[in-house]
Amino acid sequence: MEEKDKILDIRDLDVSFRTSAGMIHALRGVNIDLYRGETVAIVGESGSGKSVSMKAAMGLMASNAVFNGGEVIFRYKDDNGEIKEVDILKQDKKWIRRNINGKHMAMVFQDPMTSLDPTMTIGKQITEGMIAHLGISKKEAWERAKGLLEEVGIVDAEKRMKNYPHQLSGGMRQRVVIAIALSCDPDLLICDEPTTALDVTIQAVIIDLIRKVQKERGISVIYITHDLGVVAKVADYVNVMYAGKIVEVGNVNEIFYEPAHPYTWGLLSAMPDLGTDDDRLYTIPGSPPNLLHDVKGDAFAARNPFALAIDEMEHPPMFKITETHSAATWLLDPRAPKVEMPEELKKRIERMRKEAE
Amino acid sequence: MKKYVFKRILTAVITLLIITFLLFTLVRIMPGNPFPSERMTDEAIAAKREEMGLNDNIFVQFWNYMKNVMKGDFGKGTSLYNGAPIKTVLGKSLANSFKIGGIAILLGTFVGLVLGVVAALNRDKFMDVFCSVVSILGVCVPAYVFLIFLQYNFAYKTTLLPYFFDSRRFFESTIIPSVSMSLFTMSTIARFTRNEMVEIMDSDYVLLAESKGMYGSKLITRHVLRNALIPVVTVLAPLVVDLLTGALVVEKIYGIQGIGKLMVDAISGEGIDYNYVLALGILYSALYIGIMLIVDLVYGLLDPRIRISSKGGDK
Repeated sequence: MEEKDKILDIRDLDVSFRTSAGMIHALRGVNIDLYRGETVAIVGESGSGKSVSMKAAMGLMASNAVFNGGEVIFRYKDDNGEIKEVDILKQDKKWIRRNINGKHMAMVFQDPMTSLDPTMTIGKQITEGMIAHLGISKKEAWERAKGLLEEVGIVDAEKRMKNYPHQLSGGMRQRVVIAIALSCDPDLLICDEPTTALDVTIQAVIIDLIRKVQKERGISVIYITHDLGVVAKVADYVNVMYAGKIVEVGNVNEIFYEPAHPYTWGLLSAMPDLGTDDDRLYTIPGSPPNLLHDVKGDAFAARNPFALAIDEMEHPPMFKITETHSAATWLLDPRAPKVEMPEELKKRIERMRKEAE
Repeated sequence: MKKYVFKRILTAVITLLIITFLLFTLVRIMPGNPFPSERMTDEAIAAKREEMGLNDNIFVQFWNYMKNVMKGDFGKGTSLYNGAPIKTVLGKSLANSFKIGGIAILLGTFVGLVLGVVAALNRDKFMDVFCSVVSILGVCVPAYVFLIFLQYNFAYKTTLLPYFFDSRRFFESTIIPSVSMSLFTMSTIARFTRNEMVEIMDSDYVLLAESKGMYGSKLITRHVLRNALIPVVTVLAPLVVDLLTGALVVEKIYGIQGIGKLMVDAISGEGIDYNYVLALGILYSALYIGIMLIVDLVYGLLDPRIRISSKGGDK
């Protein structure tokens, strides 16, 4: 196997938040790998820690965050063209802002209606990062920004540069946010639910846009989303996250066609789908555990109809299924009884396979 | 924009007119007498009333009054200052109040902003707590109490500053009243700036700015301060009016011949001086409305969402 170029390596990331109610254990040992040019999706419900892990990678953590352990290794080419390897968690904020944020790692946020500064023109917001990182003149940055706006599909770029955010529609604003993220030609683009706040008609356009720039520029992308439809469309690898842990990893085919974790089964069953006979949409029963308290055993056990007795006692390790696919469920232990995924989901996966062909 | 300004000015004028009419009527309905009645016979009062036209229809009276006001003539005091023209007396008092109030505003706003920014940047740390204690004190302790405290320490125990207002030592005389009057403004601005900044530092667009690599003073001045100042301007407006129009008690205690003192004199003398009350009422309202108007226009400068209509890009 050829050695692939790994650019991000998150190991055992463990983070708590100090709140007035107590310590919230938001991340309980997260592992994520990302290779150059690839797309990784992180899926999971609200509060599972998707955004937090990426904010940690960007060095954008709130001041009440406490790092209990782990590392975030980022590999990039510095200004002299040398490959550098840093642990983001060990660097101070100022260093990260100067050397990493915007320059090598950029982020697209969820809500374009609130993520642009309302009192600054679009042009200034795009050029700001370039002037800081690339050391180019205002004029050159302005020209480049125009080019970027055209690249993300904004017509009339010259005029739009002088506009303020409130003069643009939601879809346009998200294009601007993407242009900002691309302005310094980053190696890694983190998209935090980039389409959740947009109209359905615009969602596909934005996703296609991100895919296009990814292909053209050869950058790696991390998608944070709870929309499995988006995942199927864009991702090479999928990380399923639950209660601050990755519970299943695999390439997109493995996750969609051969899911192994009951939580992934639940997510797939809960996807709206025209071919289902049921007139009610499946939902995973219960709600995620409160991370204010210690979770004993498997965090998903209480909501898992296939839970075993051991799930109540000990958290399952990652069981390797293939070279790329593994899942943290005791069902994969050789001693476990053989449990098949629900019949309805099997049929659904069959349909998906056929559609794909 | 022009149309907007014109509309705002028109509304301001109409508002002022309505306020004046209400004041005019209310003053006349009030029990009491516009003249120093204890020294006058009933006949003399009746004659004076007739002379001033107080027995006419209220609308006729208002019409006549407004005609004079339009010419800039607010009449003469009915019981104060032996009938000196109000314009002259008011002019002098206004100058005193504006100077002291103006210094208080500048001082309060500047120190308040600095305190607010320092507190926000040191959120939940010692400086934050310190600043909030200072601003709570500033809001709770009335200006005149602080005035007496300053008087005692800096004018009585150490005679650094004049004990009472002295027009020959004008600058030194402004220090004690200005500082004590600025306290409330300072505290309000500090608290407000701090809270706005903290909120904005948690906003999505500041997160985006950080994700592009902005940090430190660039981040604060470009993205945080400008957005935080917009609401601060709103709270500043009424504070400015309060300070410019003089703190009644402070002027009285420190012996400043300002409009605050004038107001107190106009209603607490032997008679209620109709014309002074009215003139001061109109002045207060005009200042308030005028400053609100200025604030709205400044708002437009600070906030492009107000400056530019969402339809086009024209300014």
